[in-house]
Amino acid sequence: MAFSFPAFSYIIALIIDAFLIFFSIFHVIAFDELKTDYKNPIDQCNSLNPLVLPEYLLHLFINVLFLLSQEWFALIINLPLIIYHIFRYRNRPVMSGPGLYDPTSIMNADVLTVCQREGWIKLAFYLLSFFIYLYGMIVVLIAV
Amino acid sequence: MFGIIGARRGCARHIPSTGPTPCDSPKPSRDRNSEPSFCVSSRHPSNDYQVMANIPPYNSSSGQSNTALGPYQFNQVPPNHFTGSVKHDANSNMPPPAFNNQANHYSQSASSSPAFNNPMMMPPQNMQSSPIRPSIKPSTNQSPIPNLQNIPSSSASPHPMYNTNNPSPYPPNHHSQQINDNAPPLIPSSQYNQPTNGPNPTRLPVSQYPPSSASFPPPINQRPPFPPLSQPVPFGNQMVGPPRSNLMMPGSSTLGPNMMAPPLAPSRNNAMNGPATGPPLTSLPGPNDLPRNQTSGPPSLPSGPMPPIRPPTNQSMAMGPPTQAMGYSNNLSGPQSLPLLSSQQPISGQPPMPGAMPGLPKPNIQSRYPQMPPSNYQQGPPSQGMPPQIPQQAMYQQMNKMPGLTQQMGQLNVTQQGFDQLWGHQMVDLMQCKHILSEYPEDPPEIRLGPNFAEAPNCSPEIFRCTINKIPDTNSLLQKSRLPLGILIHPFKDLNYLPVIQCTTIVRCRACRTYINPFVYFVDGKRWKCNLCYRVNDLPEEFQYDPVSKSYGDPTRRPEIKSATIEFIAPSEYMLRPPQPAVYLFLLDVSQIARESGYLDLVCGIIKEHLEQLPGDARTQIGFICYDAHIHYYVISDGLTRPQELTVLDIDEVFLPSPESLLVNVGEQRDMVRELLTQIPRRHSGPGSPASALGAALQAAYKLMSPTGGRITVFQTCLPNIGPGALQSREDPNARSSKEVAHLNPATDFYKRLALDCSGAQIAVDLFLLSSQYCDLATLSGMSKFSGGSVYHIPVFNAARPRQATHLRNMFTRYLTRKIGFEAVMRVRCSRGITIHTFHGNFFVRSTDLLSLPNVSPDAGFGMQLTIEESLSDLQQVCFQAALLYTSSKGERRIRVHTMALPIATTLTDVLHAADQTCIVGLLSKMAVDRCVTASMSEAKEALINVAIDVLSAHKLSQNLPAGPASSALMAPIALRLLPMFLLALMKTKALRTGTSTRLDERVAAMCDLKCQPLPQLLRTVYPDLYPIHTLEQHTHKDESEEEEVNPDPPRLQLTSERINLNGAYLLDDGETMVIYVCNAVSPAFLSEIFGVAAFSQLPDEATALPHLDNKSSSILHAFIDKLNDDRPYPSNLIVLRDNSPSRTKFTERLIEDRVESAFSYYEFLQHVKSQVK
Repeated sequence: MAFSFPAFSYIIALIIDAFLIFFSIFHVIAFDELKTDYKNPIDQCNSLNPLVLPEYLLHLFINVLFLLSQEWFALIINLPLIIYHIFRYRNRPVMSGPGLYDPTSIMNADVLTVCQREGWIKLAFYLLSFFIYLYGMIVVLIAV
Repeated sequence: MFGIIGARRGCARHIPSTGPTPCDSPKPSRDRNSEPSFCVSSRHPSNDYQVMANIPPYNSSSGQSNTALGPYQFNQVPPNHFTGSVKHDANSNMPPPAFNNQANHYSQSASSSPAFNNPMMMPPQNMQSSPIRPSIKPSTNQSPIPNLQNIPSSSASPHPMYNTNNPSPYPPNHHSQQINDNAPPLIPSSQYNQPTNGPNPTRLPVSQYPPSSASFPPPINQRPPFPPLSQPVPFGNQMVGPPRSNLMMPGSSTLGPNMMAPPLAPSRNNAMNGPATGPPLTSLPGPNDLPRNQTSGPPSLPSGPMPPIRPPTNQSMAMGPPTQAMGYSNNLSGPQSLPLLSSQQPISGQPPMPGAMPGLPKPNIQSRYPQMPPSNYQQGPPSQGMPPQIPQQAMYQQMNKMPGLTQQMGQLNVTQQGFDQLWGHQMVDLMQCKHILSEYPEDPPEIRLGPNFAEAPNCSPEIFRCTINKIPDTNSLLQKSRLPLGILIHPFKDLNYLPVIQCTTIVRCRACRTYINPFVYFVDGKRWKCNLCYRVNDLPEEFQYDPVSKSYGDPTRRPEIKSATIEFIAPSEYMLRPPQPAVYLFLLDVSQIARESGYLDLVCGIIKEHLEQLPGDARTQIGFICYDAHIHYYVISDGLTRPQELTVLDIDEVFLPSPESLLVNVGEQRDMVRELLTQIPRRHSGPGSPASALGAALQAAYKLMSPTGGRITVFQTCLPNIGPGALQSREDPNARSSKEVAHLNPATDFYKRLALDCSGAQIAVDLFLLSSQYCDLATLSGMSKFSGGSVYHIPVFNAARPRQATHLRNMFTRYLTRKIGFEAVMRVRCSRGITIHTFHGNFFVRSTDLLSLPNVSPDAGFGMQLTIEESLSDLQQVCFQAALLYTSSKGERRIRVHTMALPIATTLTDVLHAADQTCIVGLLSKMAVDRCVTASMSEAKEALINVAIDVLSAHKLSQNLPAGPASSALMAPIALRLLPMFLLALMKTKALRTGTSTRLDERVAAMCDLKCQPLPQLLRTVYPDLYPIHTLEQHTHKDESEEEEVNPDPPRLQLTSERINLNGAYLLDDGETMVIYVCNAVSPAFLSEIFGVAAFSQLPDEATALPHLDNKSSSILHAFIDKLNDDRPYPSNLIVLRDNSPSRTKFTERLIEDRVESAFSYYEFLQHVKSQVK
């Protein structure tokens, strides 16, 4: 029973992951609102876009911690998502501000479906990884 | 009936014969909103409703008990009741003089008349009723009907006019209409069950004539522009007899066999004897001809009765050969048919054509009628596939040599064709049928609704059009058909005729907010069932009242139920704020390049000329901002004697120096505005700054306009290079012809964000790009795309070039004077189960079915891709409703509602044969542009080719045609026969072509056009019309009603150099320009009559005008050009080229069926498609 750096990274990861879960829930709700006409796409994009980079950075931050604490398993399961995030951001529409979502193209049914599906998958992934981090934290803590 | 006639007479009385429209107001106001009750409500002063335009004639039928006739009734109105009254859009801004000065013919296009679902009926009305343009070519794609005045004014039925006293040619497109009109399908189909009937079995695939109506003859003998060469007997009136009786034969058993058997017999003997036909076919004809002849009637001997009967047959068959040769376009003219026939000979070694023949009837018959047991006939073993086809091929060879045979086959063809047509299932072999384009524009395929709504007026195909006229009932069926599903809509089209209603409550469904429309179901007198969501709603009391007949009790007489396109004047609950005034702001580039181009003088002059004609009311405001490196504002106020210029040097922090007097009221300050418009070009005539701060100027304009909303018109001539929104040149001139086109995406989102801000403030930005260099239109167009504006591009503009100056003048005049709707939204509702996938056009999508259109213009078209989310199989029909809510320039809130209903299809065959090829091309072009931007150009082109391959594969599948490339035929449903050609043409348009040097800006401008042009214009851009003008006189019909008028109506030619004769002259019309191409061997008489020169060498290399010479040929040609110009927003440019002019490529590059560098010819394209079709 020792409070080591890996244990610290897992604890931080757990907290951040809770935030990420909220982010993705918000994402799913936002796109559902768009689909059901409740919100103007300009407003919706204005509220979604500022959250994109923080989400990506938080996720990246966890993985930096895992890297430093040499928790390879946790890092590997997150690696695909990091790559996806980089890919996604590189291929964003031309826009001056930060963010991914362009109000003029977001109402396209394809884009809408993709974004909504992305939200659900991320939500599932973050939930799953929450329990993995929990497990990892306990393992690290009871080890020694 | 009385109601309408009375009303119309009333109109006619009020209107002086010179008056342009019946609804015109005493003062020369251009907007007719203000005189709503002229025609009807003045006669019913006490009612709540004001029917503002003329009620469509068929509405008036509600005054009569006989409503069964439905929309056709109006044809019974003697034409002279219409003569005095031009039907005009009640809301039109068109100044009456526009009729004469050619500025705005578009508004008068004949399309919008009451006969929405009934295009065939329209021409008479329109032509009769328009005193100014008697030679309207109805723009429903209906072929022109030249001699309408032949219709007796009292004719009881609209139909006979086509047959009886109409010796002149007719386009073939009426048939489908005819079929529908008097429901002939019953005759032949019942017929078909009787095996004894002659004509059925020999069903050749390529044909169009319906055997349909016993009541009128098939139009075979109509419109023979030339007598077919193979046919010595001239067409005479007596021709009407024989073909009719022959065709009637299936129905009338007494007459039939006599007439029919003889012609049949030889053809069978010669041609059909072999095992040629597959089992289903052979169950009917096949080798059992003789026995069947005997059973079928007295003249059992094949050759016996023939000689006596032959002469009439000859005559009636005169059109036979061309018919077969052409496939369906039976109006082939003689000279053309000749090469055609000969061209069949070489090919006839192959079996493609016959392949079609056995293949075709089989599924039809099988699917609809129990197959005859082959044992009934002395039928050999049913054989299918290649070998049997050869005898038929031999037959075709013989046909070319034996006119008699040809005729007989043609006659069979006619009959058998009819069956196919009744089912709408003809096919055509694309590889064989080279002359596939019909010579006269065709109708869009007809929408046939179920029995409940067969009479209901559907929306005009000019306004609302679906790619498939029968919606597949499930998504999997749609996927199987591989067709794109979508609608094209032209919501704010200038209509000649539009019922306008003002009432206290607009009846809408409480659940889905659908407006009541002709396709709702009345549960009882008090309730109605929504046709989109199926909720049962209450009917307000006042809906029981019919404003036309002033009677209570029958809600179906209301104009809302009688017309699929209707306009409501909205009460205040449809306003978020008081209706805005018309506000126009002009942003003029005065940088060095702009000054060199000289546009400023021209544009200011045009604005000055049309200041009075700007649509608007007393509140109309106007303003001007010029910009180069700085922004120049112009202050006009009462305190000043002259307009004052304020120049703001700071372009990074834009502010308005004097917000209140930058926009001035046009009416109050007209003289000052004129003064200013004179001053601006002078002020900016010297050398100027090379910089252009467009971004800053736009921000200033946004600040200025945002309190009211309105329209910003930007004139830009160079790349904006300083201040916010500055751009860098991205084009690589060396890559103009490369395979991959880069930089189709915007470089910055500055203009898009600005457009979104503008859209939120109800401002539209229209861009006139008069560039002489690369301007990055891909980025700049964002300001118009997302604010509901429009983009106009004239490359390398210089006002000193008369052609470009005229072009800009025409374009800008139309732009200034056309109708405009402010702060508009358009919502498109679909039946449950269908959702909108993607929108195409210029707008901002505010929610899944709502488009925000700060301005809506009559020249803007929109497209929507649809998806089928739930099964539709429990529905009777699918409805679409587009509702456009806008503020008219007179400050009225109005709602224009278009409703279209489509039947459901359950089989793949039905879906494929109900396709609307022109609409498909329209939608595909928009999708291809999107694909170019999101992916790449090569991917977009590949996708287009795949559409053709997939669709033809699907068709092959549905028809159980022999699989694999073994068969040398490439069968296509007749409804899709032009699709490969149009797709090829699309790939060769400026927007999508590769390999030919194309400026990036021009390409992007062409893409913008594809995205937002209405369908007829788009199609003309994709596949220009080519007319022979050296034979114009032969195709001219004298308009008898007006002595002076001629109505030239030459056939269209396919775009291939095969159709260009050295001794001809041709007119190629792509909407933007009309190119007259004079070949070097043209007759000197033609040259002197048309151009006033004696010899070919005296023609200039490139002329931009045609001299008006005082002779018949010249006046006919001018009449023809005027006629072509009638149905477009502004007259096209004219260029005259010799065939050895340096710029002849302007003409030759549009011959898209020919091979050009790095692009397929049509035949190669077909080969390619065929090799891929599985």
